[in-house]
Amino acid sequence: MRKILGISALLFVVCVVTASLSNSFLSAYNLENLIRRTALFGIISIGVAFVIVTGGIDLSVGSVVCLVGCGVPWLLTTHGWSVPAALAAAVVASLGIGLFHGLMITRLRLPPFVVTLCGLLLYRGIARGFTRDQTVGFGSEYKGLRAMATGEIPIPFVSGFSLPAPWIFLLVVAIVAAVFLNRTVFGRHLLALGSNEQAARYSGIKTGRMTVLAYVISSGLAGLGGLLFVLDVNSAQPVDFGNFYELYAIAAAVLGGCSLRGGEGTIVGVIVGAALMQVLRNMITLVTTHNNIEFAIIGAVILAGVTADELVRRMAARKRARQEAAANAA
Amino acid sequence: MTPPPLLLQATGLIKSYPGVRALKGVSLTLRRGEVLAVIGENGAGKSTLMKILAGVQQPDGGSIAVDGREVRLSSVLDAQALGIALIHQELNLADNLDVAANIFLGRERLKRGLIDTRRHLEDARVHLAAVGLSVDPATSVGTLSLGQQQLVEIAKALSVDARVLIFDEPTSSLSSSEAANLFRVIEELRSRGVGIVYISHRLGEVKALADRVVVLRDGENAGELPKSGIEHNAMVRMMVGRDLSQFYAHEPHPPGPVALEVDGLRTAAHPEHPLSFRVHAGEIVGVAGLVGAGRTEMLEALFGVTPPVAGVVRVAGVEVQPESPRDAIRAGLALVPEDRKRQGVILQMAVRENVSLAALQRDSRHGFLDRVREDGLAAAMIGSLRIKTPSAEQPVQFLSGGNQQKVVLGKWLAMKPKVLLLDEPTRGIDVGAKHEIYRLMEDLAREGVAILFVSSELEEILGLSDRTLVLHEGRITGELSRNALSEEAVLHLATDTEALA
Repeated sequence: MRKILGISALLFVVCVVTASLSNSFLSAYNLENLIRRTALFGIISIGVAFVIVTGGIDLSVGSVVCLVGCGVPWLLTTHGWSVPAALAAAVVASLGIGLFHGLMITRLRLPPFVVTLCGLLLYRGIARGFTRDQTVGFGSEYKGLRAMATGEIPIPFVSGFSLPAPWIFLLVVAIVAAVFLNRTVFGRHLLALGSNEQAARYSGIKTGRMTVLAYVISSGLAGLGGLLFVLDVNSAQPVDFGNFYELYAIAAAVLGGCSLRGGEGTIVGVIVGAALMQVLRNMITLVTTHNNIEFAIIGAVILAGVTADELVRRMAARKRARQEAAANAA
Repeated sequence: MTPPPLLLQATGLIKSYPGVRALKGVSLTLRRGEVLAVIGENGAGKSTLMKILAGVQQPDGGSIAVDGREVRLSSVLDAQALGIALIHQELNLADNLDVAANIFLGRERLKRGLIDTRRHLEDARVHLAAVGLSVDPATSVGTLSLGQQQLVEIAKALSVDARVLIFDEPTSSLSSSEAANLFRVIEELRSRGVGIVYISHRLGEVKALADRVVVLRDGENAGELPKSGIEHNAMVRMMVGRDLSQFYAHEPHPPGPVALEVDGLRTAAHPEHPLSFRVHAGEIVGVAGLVGAGRTEMLEALFGVTPPVAGVVRVAGVEVQPESPRDAIRAGLALVPEDRKRQGVILQMAVRENVSLAALQRDSRHGFLDRVREDGLAAAMIGSLRIKTPSAEQPVQFLSGGNQQKVVLGKWLAMKPKVLLLDEPTRGIDVGAKHEIYRLMEDLAREGVAILFVSSELEEILGLSDRTLVLHEGRITGELSRNALSEEAVLHLATDTEALA
């Protein structure tokens, strides 16, 4: 809870600073775009958060985004597949990738870092292979399908601003994820195995199956994210589509309070973390004249955020110790 | 005769941690050539005191004098420079390096800028001889037994001319012969004038070794016993602050039908020895043996942690294939594992979440948690097991070892097991809580649960079990009924002297 408050405060500060430095930050166009991007990144960040909660890591997210983001328009336009068939292929591919990762990690006991790092190289390579590195897109077709990402939902009694359609996906994903994590046996088992895999196994939890499930969720949501991204921007270049998205997602999850040691994390925190990442990127584009320092600034802010969190935690512990010492002395 | 000079004097040490006042003014003195035992229940402040004396942590108040001069120990290096060394409970050796490299770790002798390996080996040989360890200093530490590794640690301490050696539970993972060897080394060090502070839960060892005993209770000095007064009951009384006249209140009662039947079980660790035995409902069967005798492996095979390679297991007459803990639990087995913090509890999770972990699926509605039932279960277990916790929401890491173990028991009692397996159930638990665990085991047996427990504390085996199985190198070397049960009989079978003869 405290973590969510802290990160929300940081988000607020960054927003205020950006708004004061740039007039266009608060423009309807910019805000709407920002909110749409937050929804898209929120979806893939929630996926990664499931893996991080188990104490694992998924580095392949950006490449899955690329595979699905390039694969769907490629199947539709180059091969003339029907929309349901192309979407089914995307679902099978992304869930299959997660299953593959999960089985490699639980059955062969390969480190998640290595398995998903190889995934990162594999899936982008495959996408670049079948597209021959050519840009793919929808052109002016598939307006209906693209409305999933570009559509706007009017908010009652508010004019001049409407909710970007990806938020519907984000809200559904977030609510299902939060209920799953906090209110179901599976969610509890996932948190338990993330905190202490051995104790969870000794308590009769199917730790292997739960771990596989986490990777399936991660890749599945990356696939959904990839689809929405490409529907939103209309064209994808296999070379860099979704590049570094895994790092944005991991950063969002960590900023949002997920411990990389596992067993800890909230869905709300992850969404706020994803928003913070997007506002930061937006600030860099609006305020600075050169975008090339983007990664330096993002890196510095994340480092500052987690350092502040750790320092606050230590101060609180020290304060509690002093209070209790005083109480004991009295 | 004047007493030997004071080596170390600590006066009025105070130390607080978040949530606890670990030391509230503890004092002790140590003379040359003295073995001073420090005992106390868990949480009495022993470990904190040792860490302060070794410079690992700094006190909030009080003073420390070495050779009569007041000193500040702001780091381990400070303490080492004054000749104080701590032999940790968990050894701090680098497994991949050889013995000599470990002894000189951080103080490598150089020759033209490179490590002088030859000199290391020569010097290491001298230090190893001093602790009676006859291994080649070029041996990799990872290949040594735990007892040998501990001797390497001691050799390392002696190589920096330690005059005060602090041992923290040194025998907790040693076999009896390794422990006996350690005691010989300690005697030898004492005769050379080294002052020794010895922390142990094992009162038998304390009685055999110590020249004086300092008892801590709740972060304060609870008393001191001179050599002539070191006696089991006196120590227990000081530690718990009350008389525990009936520590083991075992009442054998007529056993019921066979609850656990093991026939030709072969564990992955010792597949050459089939294990066969039975445990009846309401019976407490102890499993004795040295460390490495295959006791834990036997329990883990029964519980499906490391599935058995062959054999038949029946629980209440029904055959079970323990391929995973899940299968074993479903069949009515439960295991209180040896390593409580890693295998028993989830430290970051609340008491409630730990207690409900195994029963969660059973108590759920279509996969959704039933918080009312979960809260009820936690409250019931906190009440009936008398788990000392501020609330059901307290993370288990803030509970004492004994209460953590009760949480593990609570988790299993929620499943109403037919057979309860316990592996070293009272390891690292204070005396008072031990007594409560024993009582719980007795109560469960009376209610008809079959209990199979592994223990390295002979006292415990003697005091609790209706029947005792003794293992030696993966084989059941004997079975002792309560009448035939004695320390000698167990040790005889555990070391398998007949087989040697």
